[in-house]
Amino acid sequence: MTMRLANVSHRALQVWRRNAEVLLTTWHTNLLPPLLEPVFYVMAFGYGLGGLVEEVTWQGQRLGYLEFMAPGIVAVAVMFWAFFETSYSTFVRMRYQRTFDAMLATPLLVEDVIAGEWLWGATKSLFAGSVMTVMLACFGLVAWPSGLWVPLLAILGGMIFAAMGLIVTALSPNIESFNLPVFLLVFPMFLFGGTFFPLEQLPPWAHNAALALPLTHVCSLIRGACLGVMPPHAAASVLYLVAAVAVLGSIALRRMSRRLIP
Amino acid sequence: MTDAAPIVARHLTRRYGDFTAVDGIDFTVARGECVALLGPNGAGKTTTIRMVTGFCPLTDGSIHIFGRDIMREPREAKARMGVCPQEDNLDPDFSARKNLVVYARYFGMEGRIAGARADQLLSEMGLAEKARSAIPTLSGGMKRRLLLARALIHQPDLLVLDEPTTGLDPQARHLIWQRVRELKSRGGTMLLTTHYMDEAQHLADRAILMNQGRIVLEGRPAALIAAEAGREVVEVSRPDACVVEFVRGHGWPHEAAADRLYVYDSEGGRVASALAAKFPAMERYARPATLEDVFLRRTGRSLDAAS
Ligand SMILES: Nc1ncnc2c1ncn2[C@@H]1O[C@H](COP(=O)(O)OP(=O)(O)OP(=O)(O)O)[C@@H](O)[C@H]1O
Ligand SMILES: [Mg+2]
Repeated sequence: MTMRLANVSHRALQVWRRNAEVLLTTWHTNLLPPLLEPVFYVMAFGYGLGGLVEEVTWQGQRLGYLEFMAPGIVAVAVMFWAFFETSYSTFVRMRYQRTFDAMLATPLLVEDVIAGEWLWGATKSLFAGSVMTVMLACFGLVAWPSGLWVPLLAILGGMIFAAMGLIVTALSPNIESFNLPVFLLVFPMFLFGGTFFPLEQLPPWAHNAALALPLTHVCSLIRGACLGVMPPHAAASVLYLVAAVAVLGSIALRRMSRRLIP
Repeated sequence: MTDAAPIVARHLTRRYGDFTAVDGIDFTVARGECVALLGPNGAGKTTTIRMVTGFCPLTDGSIHIFGRDIMREPREAKARMGVCPQEDNLDPDFSARKNLVVYARYFGMEGRIAGARADQLLSEMGLAEKARSAIPTLSGGMKRRLLLARALIHQPDLLVLDEPTTGLDPQARHLIWQRVRELKSRGGTMLLTTHYMDEAQHLADRAILMNQGRIVLEGRPAALIAAEAGREVVEVSRPDACVVEFVRGHGWPHEAAADRLYVYDSEGGRVASALAAKFPAMERYARPATLEDVFLRRTGRSLDAAS
């Protein structure tokens, strides 16, 4: 790991920049989802479901359902944007476009390429998370200035989910085989990561299991930032997420290196 | 370091499990030299190229590029190489010009210089009008030329080409050849692989013939032809036993394939006229010996002999 990490150079930023420039050429299709998603959620959950659900209590605060859930959809976006970037999109670049083969004939090393992709996945989380937070702020659902923590948390979460995506890419023989990790990893986090209901609603064993999911902590911290309320065990959550970045990042670096140069 | 040879490969070995794809080969490429790696499918050419360009770790041996060990100092070694891969890996998300500019950045070139260099290369390759075109809209020949332009973007001291003209029509092939000759005339150093023996004969100062992971023959194409196939080759289709006997009786080097007899003539004209006098009605065909004859003699005329 230390060996591999030492091989990452400033050239990784050129990999990042390549992806950024591709995104900028198709920016309209990329900007629309994070702009509209919060609006759809507000309509569906605020007006639709919200009317059926009583107030939710979180950290001693009595919150409207929409107020409770809105930060959760930011956390989910952080997960989706990073994970799907470094799984499907990275796989397409690696396998079908052979983008990395072309890069590896230059002074770039595999570690630069992987680090660039990793950073790029986290950047997509930052992008989606920030745009959505601004949209939610327009609906009065974000407290300031604590809401300014969200971009930072988006990067932190993005690093984790981007590393997960890279590991899945490194281990997948073909693009169809992404279905399984999506179903076993991403889908459970989406449902049980604290986005849609307080985890206290779950039986204790399930609650504890949910605490093992990175999204649970990303979600809790983002909720705290959006509401201006100190989330439960905030320091422990941050520590857990930082450790997850280090562990998953090192696995991603090792696995992807082996995949690119067998 | 500046006067170290462009490529020095020592005991170069690559194994995949029990299978040895490249079996301890040694070769060098000198400055200003164009070397062609030849050999039948599976001989180990691409594997050799992949090791030289740092894609594939060596199982054993070493490669130095201008004195830099490809395994220990890959960045420095790769910075001086331009690689034109066998299969197209142009970036489909960018235009032709942008492909060159983005690639230049991987070499640490500054944007403005990269842009000017890209424009120059596009016009040299006859692609100026396609500068803004999307990659999928380019023809196969245009993509090849763009790949060559991309390999040259940072003005490398060594150019590595894996089958640069496979699948191209004669015009596109000659265009690539012309560019390669220009680079050669400016003192460029090259390592290329090809299945076209005329291409190797045409471009290479030296040919290295590989078979089953080993080097079987090495030398200047003209010298190899003279030594291995002579001056002229007489081909006899569906020879009967007396013809074979006659050739054998004279001690002429020859080779029998399924339905054809190849007789190698070191002087030229001698075998053809002797055969014409003895078997006037026989169908035969005399032609100058080529590198292809050398290739086929050394690696076998039939597929099963080669594998
Ligand atoms: N990744 C790999 N795993 C296992 N065997 C491999 C691998 N890559 C190449 N080989 C084997 O190594 C041998 C040499 O392959 P290589 O691609 O170097 O041949 P080549 O000379 O380039 O052939 P061609 O003319 O068909 O391109 C082949 O038998 C091939 O099957
Ligand atoms: Mg090959």
